[in-house]
Order: sequence, then structure tokens, then C-alpha cells
Amino acid sequence: MSTTPTTENIFKLLSEIPDPEIPVINIIELGILRDVKQEGDQCTVVITPTYSGCPAMKVIEDDIRIKLKEIGIDNVKVDLVYTPAWTTDWISDEAKEKLRAYGIAPPEHSSIDKSLLTGKPRHLRCPQCKSENVTMISQFGSTACKALYRCNDCKEPFDYFKCI
Amino acid sequence: MTLQQAKFQYLLRLGDSSLIIGHRLSEWCGSGPILEEDIALINIALDFVGNATAFLGYAATVEGNGRTEDDLAYLRNEREFRNLLITEQPNGDYASTITRQFLYDVYTYYLYDALKSSKDETIAALATKSHKEITYHLRHTTEWMYRLGDGTAESHERMQNAMNDLWMFTGEMFDMDEVDQTLIKEGVAPDLNKIKEQWEAHVKPVIAEATLQIPSYNFKQKGSREGKHSEHLGFLLAEMQSVHRAFPDAKW
Repeated sequence: MSTTPTTENIFKLLSEIPDPEIPVINIIELGILRDVKQEGDQCTVVITPTYSGCPAMKVIEDDIRIKLKEIGIDNVKVDLVYTPAWTTDWISDEAKEKLRAYGIAPPEHSSIDKSLLTGKPRHLRCPQCKSENVTMISQFGSTACKALYRCNDCKEPFDYFKCI
Repeated sequence: MTLQQAKFQYLLRLGDSSLIIGHRLSEWCGSGPILEEDIALINIALDFVGNATAFLGYAATVEGNGRTEDDLAYLRNEREFRNLLITEQPNGDYASTITRQFLYDVYTYYLYDALKSSKDETIAALATKSHKEITYHLRHTTEWMYRLGDGTAESHERMQNAMNDLWMFTGEMFDMDEVDQTLIKEGVAPDLNKIKEQWEAHVKPVIAEATLQIPSYNFKQKGSREGKHSEHLGFLLAEMQSVHRAFPDAKW
């Protein structure tokens, strides 16, 4: 019989769960996993959505249950919380580098500001050639959290992780 | 009216409006005018449906009768829905969809901004979350207001027609009744007169810059507070609820 896993162990285990839509970063790096609480044989995992309607949340919940079952935790409660509201500020610099290497330009500013409403140009770089000579194709991209850009120098289209 | 009854009604208003406009936008899936716009509207639809899930889920909790957000979304009839009339208006052409979205986005932009400081913590949290998304939507719809309003002669005409048709539904967004009064007193909901001032100060210059005119009529279509809807909601619900009603206990 194995000993009860510590909360630290559980965090470590859950860090193996990739984001279903951006598999190069895990749910801790993305800031989705907020807390793990253990009470008796029940393990409560607290997660928060990036966007209200993010369809990946259900998959993430299932992944958490499967992962915890692997170490013998069957009594799992997954709580979805909305506060504090998720922000791109929670994505670590390390994770941003992983996004860039994967071909997604990471979020540039810190959190939401008035420029989102007025549409001031951002200083973002093409993840391929690092050029700042880029054009926005669409504010909305392949998933709720991304916008679509094109590099005018290397001509490659790329995803930009929206700042919220 | 008790605080609980008022909250339940208020949450239905918030959740139903998001659900219905989200569903309307989802009707563009696969038939947007260009691929980028198709994707944009579906992204926005997704945010609204997510927001509706949260608000209706909370409404069900407040009601405390064991119903879930799915019961509220799929098993209520037309007269039980509390969504604003503007949200159920048909998509029409792209000018109608953009105009409807712009007028409604500005409204939720200020309403949710005020709800961020609601004394109900769950409402405040959901408003904070959604406000970030609405800010993003609003930027998109505002750009299209300018582009189509101040575009070609045809796009301008279509936008003006849309404005003429939809303006009559904006008045009721600011109607208040016992539900609002009860919640204002408790610091749960904001005074809509203030939201109206902010809304007008925001939409008027954009409409002017888009070279469009606000219709001169004073007629205001209302009824959503009492569940009196336009003829369009019934058709929308028939489609939206059909699968759930055919297989009520289905799980996937």
C-alpha cells in the first residue's frame, strides 16, 4: 500500500497535463490550475477557464481525473472558479518562450488596458523570423485565446496569444 | 419580492441574453461573409454561451429547486425567457448582425463594468471575467461599424436600414422594475439610468463617425422583463432545444 501523496506530488503530477489546444505548455504554466486541496480521501482540484466558453475545460477536467486515478485517487472533485479572473499575466516567461518556439507569439502586454478598446498597434514579433513588421489578419483566431497575424518579411502567418 | 427572487430573475436576464445572442451568432457558423469573420463571430458566440452557462448555473443555485443550467436553457418555454428583445432579432445581413452586436456590446460593456463591484461575489466574479471578453468584442464590432457605415453606398444603406430596424429595441435595455429596485438597494445591481447615460455617450459619436443617423422615432419596443417576446424567439428555441427535448436524459 502506497503512502498518501502530498499536495506537492499532486501538483507535480498534474503538471504533466498539457493544454489540449496548445500542447507545448501545461495547465500550471498556463495558469489554469489554481489549487489542490486534500481532505480525507477526497482531492479537490481548482481550475479557472482562460475564456468563459473555453471548450477545453471539460477535457482538462477529464485529464485531471484520469491522472489522479493513476496514483489511486478516485474521489476527485474539480471546481471551476471565475475569481480571480484569468489573465495572460499568469503565463510564465518560460512558458512564453515555449509558445514562441512552438510558433505562437506570446502575449505582449501586461493584462488588459485601454489600448484593447482603441486598437493601438502592439509591438509583437513574428515567432519565426523575429521581425516586427507584422499585420493583423483577424482579431480572432483558431481558438478563443488567439488572434491571427501575418509576418510581412518571412510571409508566414502565425497565431498571437491575445492579452486579457 | 425577496432578495432571492429578485436575484433569480436578474440572473435569468443576464444569462438568457447571453444565451440567445450567443445562439444567434452561432448561426453564422460556416456561412460568415469571409473566413476571418466566421471565426470571429463563433469565438464571440462561444464567450457568450460560456457566460450563459455560468449565469444560468448560478441562477439554478440561487433558485435552489434542483434545476441545472441545462434545465433552464433547454426546458423553459418562450414566455419564461427573460432575454432582451434585441438579442433574439434575426441575423439578417452582416450589417444587421454588426449593428445588433455593437448596440448590445456597448450596453454589456458598461453594465458588466458596474457589476464588477456587485455585492454578490459570484456576480462580481463573472462580470469581471466577461468584461475582459466584451472589451475585445466591442473593439471588433466598432471597427466594423466604421468600415460598413462609412464604406460603400450599399454598405452604408444596409447599415442605416439595420439601425432603423434595431434602434427601437434599445430602449428596454434600461427599463427597471421591482427586481432592479430590490437589487439596487442591496448593492447587487447598478442603476440602469447611469448605464443609459454611459451607453448614449458611447454609441452616439461612433454612429456619427460611421456616418449613420439615429432614427428620429421615439417608439420603444418592450416586453422582455415580463417574458413578452418578438415572434422570432419561438423559432430560435424550437431549434436550440429540439435535441435536448427529444433526448432529455442524454449524456455525453
